[in-house]
Amino acid sequence: MSTPATPLWEVFIRSRNGLAHKHVGSLHAADSTLALQAARDLYTRRGEGLSLWIVPSHAIIASDPADKDMMFEPTASKIYRHPTFYEVPDEVGHM
Amino acid sequence: MLIDYLLRRADDALILGHRLSEWTGHAPMMEEDMALANMALDLIGQARSLYAYAAEIGGGSEDSLAYLRREGAYKNLLLVEQPNGDFAMTILRQFFYSAFADPFWRASMPSTDATLAAVAAKAEKEMAYHLRHSAEWVVRLGDSTPEARRRIEAAITKLWPYTGEMFEADEAGLVESKIAVDPALLAADWRDTVAQVFARATLSVPRDGWMQTGGRHGRHSEHLGHILSELQYMQRTFPGATW
Repeated sequence: MSTPATPLWEVFIRSRNGLAHKHVGSLHAADSTLALQAARDLYTRRGEGLSLWIVPSHAIIASDPADKDMMFEPTASKIYRHPTFYEVPDEVGHM
Repeated sequence: MLIDYLLRRADDALILGHRLSEWTGHAPMMEEDMALANMALDLIGQARSLYAYAAEIGGGSEDSLAYLRREGAYKNLLLVEQPNGDFAMTILRQFFYSAFADPFWRASMPSTDATLAAVAAKAEKEMAYHLRHSAEWVVRLGDSTPEARRRIEAAITKLWPYTGEMFEADEAGLVESKIAVDPALLAADWRDTVAQVFARATLSVPRDGWMQTGGRHGRHSEHLGHILSELQYMQRTFPGATW
């Protein structure tokens, strides 16, 4: 497969210390160095973050929307997995 | 005079910022369109701080200094008024200027003038990024396809004679009182940066020859008048216009 001159990259930003990096969008760039700079220029213009992760889009393994029923349906009936299923004693306070 | 020293820096930033803003909507790719616009805004922000300070000292206002002076009163480097040309020309101009401006503002941070020191601290971070971004592009254009290499080499030939002006001595009295930085002292640093980046780009550094001069004293190339006719149009047509 031929590689385009400017392949696609996915951008993740961590907005503050203690939070996780969050996907914000994608961009085209020739290589990882320019991708990082383009991410800074495109996605952090309004003080959005303190840290950037750039991932080649082809490195992302995605689930197939057609498999949605098999993958995600069976969980719908198992409400006991939600922590809200249990009563929290008042003495515990905020969890 | 401090005001001349301030206007030289402010005019560099305004004119180069204006040149970069001409790319908005025209860059080869959206990512670079934004990068060039961001750099333009950094420079126009620096110009504003410097004009505001110059107005405080010498009278007038930020706007009157930016928009209502005649061509001969502008003291910017000839380098920054050179036309955008192609992407290689724009990037090389940015690289040559940033490789000077970044160490210049770093050296200005301990200035005994508190306002200059504050402007320097902000500008240094901005110019450090301009330098990194433009240098990475110089490497990729130089060490790339024959077409890209031909274009960056043409840009070097064209812009090299405009690089000497950056290091002309400036306001000796202010340098002595540690308000100002002597640009001449930054020449060796600049050469090192250019040599390192050109080596990565497999480009050769031109031999030193005759250098253009005049911008610092208001003697400009034919390009500045065209820039000003566009830049000043609104204020001249509708004096005092605000929005």
